[in-house]
Amino acid sequence: MKPFLPSVSELSVSLAKGQLSSRELTKTCLQRIESVDPYLHAFLYFDPDQALQQADRADAVLAAARKNGQPAPRLTGISLAVKDVISVAGMPLTCGSRILEGFVPPFDATAVNRLKGAGMVILGKTNTDEFAMGSSTENSAYGPTRNPWNTARVPGGSSGGSAAAVASGMAPLALGSDTGGSVRQPAAFCGVTGLKPTYGAVSRYGLVAFGSSLDCLGALGRSADDVALVFQAIAGPDPLDATCRGEAFGKFLPNASPLQRSHEGLRGLRIGIPDEYFIAGIQPEVEAAVKQAIATLQGLGAEARPIRMPHSEYALPVYYLIAPAEASANLARYDGLRYGPRLPADELLETFLRTRGELFGAEVKRRIMLGAYALSAGYYDAFYGQAQKARTLIRGDFDSAFEQVDLIAAPVAPTTAFAIGGHGDDPLAMYLEDIFTLPANLAGVPGLSFPVGFDREGLPIGMQLMGPHWREDLLLQSAHAYQAATDWHLKWPGLAEKPV
Amino acid sequence: MALTLEIIDHIAALSRLALTDEEKARFVVQLSAVLEYFRKLQELDTAGVPPTSGVLPGLIQLRPDEPRPGITLEELSRTASEMESGQFKVPPVLP
Repeated sequence: MKPFLPSVSELSVSLAKGQLSSRELTKTCLQRIESVDPYLHAFLYFDPDQALQQADRADAVLAAARKNGQPAPRLTGISLAVKDVISVAGMPLTCGSRILEGFVPPFDATAVNRLKGAGMVILGKTNTDEFAMGSSTENSAYGPTRNPWNTARVPGGSSGGSAAAVASGMAPLALGSDTGGSVRQPAAFCGVTGLKPTYGAVSRYGLVAFGSSLDCLGALGRSADDVALVFQAIAGPDPLDATCRGEAFGKFLPNASPLQRSHEGLRGLRIGIPDEYFIAGIQPEVEAAVKQAIATLQGLGAEARPIRMPHSEYALPVYYLIAPAEASANLARYDGLRYGPRLPADELLETFLRTRGELFGAEVKRRIMLGAYALSAGYYDAFYGQAQKARTLIRGDFDSAFEQVDLIAAPVAPTTAFAIGGHGDDPLAMYLEDIFTLPANLAGVPGLSFPVGFDREGLPIGMQLMGPHWREDLLLQSAHAYQAATDWHLKWPGLAEKPV
Repeated sequence: MALTLEIIDHIAALSRLALTDEEKARFVVQLSAVLEYFRKLQELDTAGVPPTSGVLPGLIQLRPDEPRPGITLEELSRTASEMESGQFKVPPVLP
């Protein structure tokens, strides 16, 4: 397929030179949304008028920059889609849930604020599993998103709307959130590049809380180079999030072109290959493509060596106890009293029970209950307490690994995109989709997913690199070197331009 | 690790969720299967292992406690389920 959008770096140069206006780019994205979103359903909300106003402001900044010879920020005039668990002032924030239907927040998330400050144009809000709880975007109360490569397949989740929007050319860049793989897995399923930063590298202010010790705000784009531009703009300490730090990465990404160093190749880079991520049951084409990608990295000078991460098999139960426990506390705030819809009843308690019981979807209710159970008297030590101790052992696996290697390479998911409705009503089967992405969240380390091939049905395959805390630079530069040597990330799905 | 309807009722009450009978029946089966899978965690020897509650590399950074401009009452009132005379209106808390 012909490229639908050039890279962000190319767009940026065209905008700076005045060969392209932000209004033209924004209109291209809006037209693409109007023509393909009716059958992908990646967007829950988009606002052409507001976007075009922002584009005109960006064009004024670009014109002024040309006049006075001072370059504008590189993202000026570039369009962005924002996952609908992240607050944008004046745009509805639903979290894919009926319990927030009609809620319009008056404030921007810090990441959104910084990207607006960098001149980005916000197109709208993208679909998500309800409160980011899911691996397919099927748990949205507003209907599923479809995979641009095959509309009978899921786009992954929970940032499925953002991944589908980038993969189909509706937006060059998107924000997502990753609590257990929700940026990396949809990036893999849709054939785009997605970064889950180090826990604490990007402010969570304005990201609706799910699992507070796990939540990370990340970015999706068509290449490591594109994603690096967004990461650079959103990372760094924020007085509004006491867990947000990030003094380290700045010294690695100091230039206007963050990844220019990577032409030096990957000589001396040690990449660990954990046996535990190449398990029985993994789709053979996924394993083959990931191993081929590792061979390509070796060809670029990296050294691959086997490592052991013996507690990996416990990541799933640990995550699915800790994340729901934290969610059960975080979602206690949705009671229908202060904001969102309220279902009236005779007594206050009945109001809570009805509002929550009827307006939360099935998966959210399951997780709240699982968390409440794991925290409840008599079960706390056996479940939540044991999970917290096992989390220490999983962190220890990463600490040991990073004494021997610089990065870890692994599949993102055991399969390519599965069919919509394929997991029926079987929550455990859905949870098993996350086995390779959960450990990075439990350890708080960064992970980057990028495309490394296709299966025989033409569905994208992703690989992830995981690195030590604050080493997003290593992940991005390694993926950039890979993408300079391959063209998987340049493939476009052959989408029809009208609903089918 | 089979849950019973009584346990489902108990955790639904703790969670402030009204469930239909059909939902309760489904959740008994689904959550029992999930907890059964989680039994593998019990095989792990964690004697002497400290718990992890957070993974922040470094210390929490607190900002100085200084007043600064925030969201106005007018902006906030537009998000409210119900407002009256500049205040959130809620159902009676005391019977």
